[in-house]
Amino acid sequence: MQITDETIEYVGILAKLELSDEEKEQAKKDMTNMLDYVGKLNELDTDGVEPMSHTFSVHNVFREDVVTNADDRDHMLANAPEQKEGAYKVPKTFD
Amino acid sequence: MDLNITAVELGKKIKNKEISVVEATTAFLDSMEEKEKDINAFVTIDREGALKRAEEVQKGIDDGTYTGPLAGVPVAIKDNMCIDGMLTTCSSKILHNFKPTYTATAVQKLEEAGAVIVGKTNMDEFAMGSTTETSYYGETKNPWDLERVPGGSSGGSAAAVAAEEIPYALGSDTGGSIRQPAGFCGVTGIKPTYGRVSRYGLIAYGSSLDQIGPLAKDVTDCATILETICGKDDKDSTSVKEAGDDFTSALIDDVKGMKIGIPKDYLGEGLDEEVKANVLAAAKALEAKGATVEEFDLSLVEYAIPAYYIIASAEASSNLERFDGVKYGYRTEEYTDLHNMYKKTRSEGFGAEVKRRIMLGSFVLSSGYFDAYYMKALRTKALIKQAFDKAFEKYDVILGPVAPTTALKLGDSLSDPIKMYLGDIYTVSVNLAGLPGISLPCGYDSKGLPIGLQLLGKHFDEKSIIRAAYAFEQTREYKRPAYAVERGL
Repeated sequence: MQITDETIEYVGILAKLELSDEEKEQAKKDMTNMLDYVGKLNELDTDGVEPMSHTFSVHNVFREDVVTNADDRDHMLANAPEQKEGAYKVPKTFD
Repeated sequence: MDLNITAVELGKKIKNKEISVVEATTAFLDSMEEKEKDINAFVTIDREGALKRAEEVQKGIDDGTYTGPLAGVPVAIKDNMCIDGMLTTCSSKILHNFKPTYTATAVQKLEEAGAVIVGKTNMDEFAMGSTTETSYYGETKNPWDLERVPGGSSGGSAAAVAAEEIPYALGSDTGGSIRQPAGFCGVTGIKPTYGRVSRYGLIAYGSSLDQIGPLAKDVTDCATILETICGKDDKDSTSVKEAGDDFTSALIDDVKGMKIGIPKDYLGEGLDEEVKANVLAAAKALEAKGATVEEFDLSLVEYAIPAYYIIASAEASSNLERFDGVKYGYRTEEYTDLHNMYKKTRSEGFGAEVKRRIMLGSFVLSSGYFDAYYMKALRTKALIKQAFDKAFEKYDVILGPVAPTTALKLGDSLSDPIKMYLGDIYTVSVNLAGLPGISLPCGYDSKGLPIGLQLLGKHFDEKSIIRAAYAFEQTREYKRPAYAVERGL
């Protein structure tokens, strides 16, 4: 499968990545190669095979909704690139 | 102090008061100081914290708080496991300043057993790679040959153990990331059954494939460490309590009647002749001890890598969405708006291999391609699991090589990603099927590089592979890299 400029643009939006022109060209090449390679799976007849996420039977795990952790705000905010008045600071999102 | 010592041996010496925890910790910290300029196995070394902790642990041993086999023994943790207050980077620029506010369950269990954590080991960025060359903090070198890679992604953990910078380390294995570096560095590592060890606090790459496990000098250490870190954890709903977790009871030199199968598919094209010869010699050694060994067709082996890269990349693209410059880690300097900040942060913060996998993952999950790639891979995974189920109806243990070759030269894999991916051919299907696997040295090639033997077991039957590995290990001596011998006592 040939990856077009449009596809790379679209994947860039999905992946939230900004690529330079050079990176885009490389990504086109890499992804084309990789998709050719993983296309090998088409040799396999998987009709009627259930897609498997877990390899052994696990069921939904329930627990009571009880708070067990303490208020850790300051500790967590210490990692924030920018903070203001006990909150994460981000660029303005609407006018 | 002799640094050529296993974790369990050191634990005994500490218990018997032949050596203090501070002495042992100091000896290994000094070893790191001397060797790190050559090996670069660590991203972070916390000398001060380790020595303070060593004193506390010594008190805890003296007053009977810590009585287990690992009490007082220093350990290194792969840099994708969170430790409260200790820098945890995943070897990425995007987490260059991240200090977690909590500790991973596996690490916490070691702490409760009296371990002394000395630092964090280098890895491929976000565990994506098989060479430890994609680390933002520089490549780790293989102690057997400083011009070669240690394998990856837990290359720092494997190299640190081989170089005798630390008695043992934790790693994580998503597609072979414990077993392959163990093989390349001549040490022993276990990838447990999926669910055996809590993933809480392990920074996720491919959540359905990731497992934490030990890297150490021998099988006894690995069984002891696994016994300490395993178990169900309320904080990881995929972790389970299953019987058969008394791993050290499987350290028995007896494989009489054990049925061992060797997949013919693991001995075919692409496998180095010297690797093959040594792996088959290991099978012979087990046969001589009373196991029955035969070759069989596993099938589907060539489909494991494509299925793996689709699934792992898809999960990675989702898991790595959280790195956006808001709550922790790197944020770009200049930006125009929120989306521009996200994009620039991620583009500057992630390395090439990580971006490659995020993009592939985003693509295979996108509408229009989801069925053709992602669902196809999940169906293939079901078939691979079935193939193993069928094999395990006949065999207790599956035996084969860990990797097609011994350690490669630095730089050889980076130019061609697919070539690097193919090196995972014998390891990835184990993660897809959720099975346990152990890697241990079984010989050396003509360049003097270690060759890894891999043993695979049924779900939650780590004990069979531990028993087989232990029995094989008794037939040989642990060999140290010349680098460690020259710089040892």
